[in-house]
Amino acid sequence: MFKDFKTVKEVFGPLVFVEGVQNAAYGEIVEIILPSGEKKKGQVLETGKGVAVVQVFGATTGLDTKETTIRFSGETLKLAVSEDMLGRVLNGFGEPIDSGVALVKGEKLDVNSNPLNPVSRQQPNDFIQTGISSIDVLNTLVRGQKLPIFSASGLPHNELAVQIASQSNVVGSKEEFVVVFAAMGITNSEAQYFMKEFEKTGALQKSVLFLNLANDPSIERIITPRLALTTAEYLAFEKDYHVLVILTDMTNYCESLREIGSARQEVPGRRGYPGYMYTDLSSIYERAGTVHGKKGSITQLPILSMPDEDITHPIPDLTGYITEGQFVLSKDLFKRNITPPVDVLLSLSRLASLVVGKKTREDHSGVSSQLFASYAQGRDLRNLVAVVGEDALSDVDKKYLKFADEFETKFIRQGKNENRTIEDSLKIAWELLALLPRQELKRIKPEHIDKYMKKG
Amino acid sequence: MGSLFKISGPVVIADAMRGSKINDLVKIGEEKLLGEIIGLRGENAIIQVYEETSGLKPGDEVENTGQPLSVLLGPGLLASVYDGIQRPLNKIQEEKGIFITRGVDVPSIDLNKKFDFTPLVKKGHDVKVGEKIGYFQELNIKHYIIAKVAGKITSIEEGKIALKTPIAIIGKENVYGYEKWPVRKSRPYKLKMNLETPLITGKRIIDSFFPLSKGGTAAIPGPFGSGKSVNQQDLAKYSDADIIVYIGCGERGNEMTEVLTEFPHLKDPRTGKPLMDRTVLVANTSNMPVAAREASIYTGITIAEYYRDMGYDVALMADSTSRWAEAMREISGRLEEMPGEEGYPAYLSRKLAEFYERSGRVTCLDSKTLGSVSVVGAVSPPGGDISEPVSQATLRITKAFWALDSSLSRRRHYPAINWLKSYSLYAEVLTPWYQEHVSKDFMILREKALKMLQREAELQNIIQLVGPDSLPDKERLLLEFTRSMREDFLQQNSFDEVDCYTTLKKQYLMLKTILSAYEKFDVKLSTGVTLEELMKNDFFKKCSRFKFETEKTLEEELKKIEKF
Repeated sequence: MFKDFKTVKEVFGPLVFVEGVQNAAYGEIVEIILPSGEKKKGQVLETGKGVAVVQVFGATTGLDTKETTIRFSGETLKLAVSEDMLGRVLNGFGEPIDSGVALVKGEKLDVNSNPLNPVSRQQPNDFIQTGISSIDVLNTLVRGQKLPIFSASGLPHNELAVQIASQSNVVGSKEEFVVVFAAMGITNSEAQYFMKEFEKTGALQKSVLFLNLANDPSIERIITPRLALTTAEYLAFEKDYHVLVILTDMTNYCESLREIGSARQEVPGRRGYPGYMYTDLSSIYERAGTVHGKKGSITQLPILSMPDEDITHPIPDLTGYITEGQFVLSKDLFKRNITPPVDVLLSLSRLASLVVGKKTREDHSGVSSQLFASYAQGRDLRNLVAVVGEDALSDVDKKYLKFADEFETKFIRQGKNENRTIEDSLKIAWELLALLPRQELKRIKPEHIDKYMKKG
Repeated sequence: MGSLFKISGPVVIADAMRGSKINDLVKIGEEKLLGEIIGLRGENAIIQVYEETSGLKPGDEVENTGQPLSVLLGPGLLASVYDGIQRPLNKIQEEKGIFITRGVDVPSIDLNKKFDFTPLVKKGHDVKVGEKIGYFQELNIKHYIIAKVAGKITSIEEGKIALKTPIAIIGKENVYGYEKWPVRKSRPYKLKMNLETPLITGKRIIDSFFPLSKGGTAAIPGPFGSGKSVNQQDLAKYSDADIIVYIGCGERGNEMTEVLTEFPHLKDPRTGKPLMDRTVLVANTSNMPVAAREASIYTGITIAEYYRDMGYDVALMADSTSRWAEAMREISGRLEEMPGEEGYPAYLSRKLAEFYERSGRVTCLDSKTLGSVSVVGAVSPPGGDISEPVSQATLRITKAFWALDSSLSRRRHYPAINWLKSYSLYAEVLTPWYQEHVSKDFMILREKALKMLQREAELQNIIQLVGPDSLPDKERLLLEFTRSMREDFLQQNSFDEVDCYTTLKKQYLMLKTILSAYEKFDVKLSTGVTLEELMKNDFFKKCSRFKFETEKTLEEELKKIEKF
């Protein structure tokens, strides 16, 4: 099946042009054997009669145009998947890097998968209790959702991801999550942090880790999330697991995409990122959900760092258009020692309405809406106070200010190991709402106020 | 028969293709992947492929069908879910399981299925082109069959007939209950008409402030999270169109699922029948092939025109036109065309204009049937900044503009349509209709309300500088009422079973009551009653419940206020 060619014509960035190839398949996997005997992997990016363009996963150092052999495998990229992968640590190309035995070959699946038929999708409807108030009450996570964390350098997004991964459960169900973790270009210490934390909670035995670290080949990052999601799809839809996929950091992934685009001399879109980045990202993010007739599910938690905290930057912007909401972390809150620093006003869960009040308590919807509105009002007033001073405010306005402050310190702020049930969180919410005059609580049904607001 | 020469993503080049025409449909390789010729160069044909191309090799066979990309039109379209090139997703699921694999070949409508046919003309009748010769009962609507040729009816059937059998013979020509139509060609009509009836949506900010005409065009641009899709879905649910064509163009898979889960259970407020029965879904989600996304818009509008020609009011939702434009950009990039603004092809605005121009209220070929296609396009500008090419090109064509605003959605003010930035150029032509069907003073109220909101924005600026205390009571009263207008009239909860839809009459009563109260209070203020006293009036408390009250209660409230 293998065909060898020693006809490299040109090496340009991560791309290798091979001549004399009559029928390389688009997307075919190749092996590149350097004069030193070192082997690398690559993939056909463009093919025509007589020439194939190969993208190399890894540095092209040592490649030459005389001795280098390109071996065409005759196959597109496939991953052998099995349940044995649970508990294993693999590199960004899916090869084991822990001390365990080699992975016994399982079913071979195309890493690009096929699009999930919209008709086969089932509407997600299980409330995931993360134990974090700012998420459970205000930006509720649903099983089968794709909900990214928009962060920035210096913010504790890893801590938040770990807390979500270790505390998440569906109330009233014993099914636990298995975690598929894909690291793209994060540092070794960050990867160690995740592994240590997973080990502490015993989650490591139920996890598959794909690690492409900062010093690993950047082009390989194009493959890593796809390997992770192929594994996740197998575990969810063939083996009935509920899978939580953590992808970090998507910003590095997009940068690799840009690197290839520029090497191919494509017309760039915004900020040099390729025009097809939306389509490419959706081929990752859309691989989440629940499906009719299948017990398992895939919930996705991608992490990305917003360059300069700019939410309109192409990476968060395109992500937000595909995912079902976002958790936005704020430097301002973090500076004031409010962690997890979730900026609830910028955050959103699009699927919340599917479970809020249906799988949770009846007052949840009204309370959530009221907290948003009142906190927004309080924040606006802070700006006003900065200009005209607190004395110019009415009594009601002063109450809003107090509400906003206490909302941040009592509701948003919580410990790394503090696991609040949704009832706990709602209880805090009611205590905070009691700071406001009752006629201001327009968004909550009066009967709920009577029932849940503490008298006196 | 040609063969593949070069493959690069969704665009491939085949050689030995001389004799092919632009827009011919081709089948590629063993799996017979569908593609469309978009360029010719000597022996070579440039083809956009509607399916994933990985694994294709140079030398694979390319077969030209000689036909342009077409849709199959006939009974059975309603309640269906199609991909961008009209392949039924239900059938694909039955055959292939939960993932959409390649090379699926299933008919778009089932020609073996039998429908009840009722003839409208008799044997021996001389039919003219455009005349209705009979109808099939398709769910709740009469699916008219329209004569495409003139001549004498030699025979005509009645009763249950499978679609593959002819229903009539005109002269010597067989007439079938279905037809094929090339998607890129608009269907003919006699005359375009004035757009003087509104598409009633039940959304207060739209119907009362920025209305859309039947046959009109509207754009909803907004950053992510501002509620484009929820608004589009609400329009699909509650607007008073006969047929809804909903195109999910490069959007989320779960949004399609939402429509598929909810619509069969929701009832059409006018007929009481399931909403799904009047809906055709075209779902080409973001992870489905990009060339089929480009085609999905045309597939949808052709189906809409087809029902228009039977005399129905059709509303088409395209979510999102930006993803469509991006699909064009991607294909154009692969063709190495010289790019226009932001990498979009130079023909972007022409394509958008051509698409929106397929809307309209028309007199059909028989010179008496009236039908309409209204188009509502969502636009997803990067970073919410509408100075980008797709938004700008769209605004040049569409006549109603519903500007979504993230600062509103952030404080959960839904629908997050900004009342200062939005506009509708239909308000004027619709005035006579509103005067006749709702109330003489409806449009006057509208203007008053918009003026007050405008004034509010100016006052807010002043407050930001000097604080609220410095305003005179008269203006503080205005602020109280504009707040009421925003919270109790403009805000509307799509998920509340009462609030999700408001009749025009109730909208009128709500607005009228608020404005009348303002006028009365304003007079009291000038006669020396203090603002504090006025604010104690229980009107404001009642006002916040108006959304949930019946028309009757509101009429009583209005009477009370007018006596105040």
